[in-house]
Amino acid sequence: MKRFSVFAVAHEAMRQHSGWSRTWANPEQKKSYDVIIIGAGGHGLATAYYLGKNFGITNVAVIEKGWLGGGNTGRNTTIIRSNYLQDPSAAIYEKSRSLYENLSQDLNYNVMFSPRGCMMLAQTQHEMRGYKRTAHANTLQGVKTEFIGPERIQQLCPIMNVDGPRYPVLGALWQSRAGSARHDAVAWGYARACSDMGMHILQKTEVTGITQDAGNVTGVETSRGHIKCKKLGMVVAGHASVVAEMAGFQLPIESVPLQALVSEPIKPCMDVVVMANTVHGYMSQSDKGEMVIGGGTDGYNAYTQRGSFHHLEETVRALIETFPMISRLKMLRHWGGIVDVTGDRSPILSKTPLGQTFINCGWGTGGFKAIPGSGWAFAELMAKGGSPLTAEFGLDRFCAGRFVDESVAAGVAH
Amino acid sequence: MLILNCPYCGMNKDETELSAGGEAHIKRFGPGSSDLDFEEYLFGRTNPKGLHFERWRCSSGCGKWFHAARCTVTLEVFGTYEAQTLEPPQSIKDLITAKRPGWSWREFS
Repeated sequence: MKRFSVFAVAHEAMRQHSGWSRTWANPEQKKSYDVIIIGAGGHGLATAYYLGKNFGITNVAVIEKGWLGGGNTGRNTTIIRSNYLQDPSAAIYEKSRSLYENLSQDLNYNVMFSPRGCMMLAQTQHEMRGYKRTAHANTLQGVKTEFIGPERIQQLCPIMNVDGPRYPVLGALWQSRAGSARHDAVAWGYARACSDMGMHILQKTEVTGITQDAGNVTGVETSRGHIKCKKLGMVVAGHASVVAEMAGFQLPIESVPLQALVSEPIKPCMDVVVMANTVHGYMSQSDKGEMVIGGGTDGYNAYTQRGSFHHLEETVRALIETFPMISRLKMLRHWGGIVDVTGDRSPILSKTPLGQTFINCGWGTGGFKAIPGSGWAFAELMAKGGSPLTAEFGLDRFCAGRFVDESVAAGVAH
Repeated sequence: MLILNCPYCGMNKDETELSAGGEAHIKRFGPGSSDLDFEEYLFGRTNPKGLHFERWRCSSGCGKWFHAARCTVTLEVFGTYEAQTLEPPQSIKDLITAKRPGWSWREFS
């Protein structure tokens, strides 16, 4: 693989850019690997990358039924933040956010991380109390956030209407090093680095079954034949329950559609990420100038990758009150992804009832921000059998009642 | 827009007029049952990609809970039935068998 640098660009400029190599290889699959990861989304590729980088395990295949980064990695609103209430959540999300800071240098691939700051609006007295509590919790956790008032909010985001009739903006939880990144580049950067380490990314290869012997996994059946493995990692987000069923166990997860939409591109008008949980909408401006808007999840299970129209209507209605200037914007595209939601709205990074098989799922509506940290922690769990970052996120917490309860702490958007 | 027919009031209702209540036919085990049984009741979900049985409430209508058989991929509704039952009525099962031969969901098939 050719490294990207200013010298490489200059060198290639002098020979009609004829020397760039492919970003990742398209290899023939082997009969067996040390580790197979199901799912070449952000989390799966990050897991493979840190298995290689931190633990020297490079005989790895990442299997993907579609194309890499084509699921929720390509469907989210790219918000990165770590201002969670519970300690285990703050630890893994802050690990992730801090890895994003140097990810472009680490991967030698520009993921366009933009720590532009994220504010979560408090529009009721209840939210005021909740976010002040979160700000104090973050201080104890070493996550830099602060609670700010309407004046500062208006200064940071002039297009916001802070004294709206129904839900005036009373304050906000502000994380200055939160922000966004380019979602495709995160997947592509990890894929390029994995491929460079000799790992195989097998696209258009659907897993149809999981083979086992004496309680341990032995491989996977795929649309392109059987592949053996010593360890298996399932990182398939919305389809976690489907893959878990192949391995013979059930998950405390329900899959629902979550929608997002983008407007036509406009001049730069907002250089922060704003989340409004009471009215249920969040918005940021992409580098292309599109306003990127995230909405709510459907109330019922579905695998349709599109959601109900009335959720979009509610989201846009709420945002127009907070940002009156967007009322005449045309919306260009809207789409849905299938998110895997757990009972306590916290992820599952865990061993499973099947030996040598691990699962990373349940990131629900907030997985993009967690990609590097999730990969880092899950790789450690797979390589060493345990990780301090995943200790609280085991499958057994649902039986033991040790929930990491972000469903109350996070409100809705998460 | 998902449209379901409430088996109590007989009205066709849009999903905005209904409240989704999650998976149907979940059993709560009595005193003396294990922690695993309780976990299963609280959190264990089949979450299938395909045929699903679930609870809905006619919240903007008669206010009653009912059950629906629905596909989570195509959103096709196979039928709705009253909630005072431990399993789907035979008529609904027959209808599903006609459309999806060999189906199974939890202990039903």
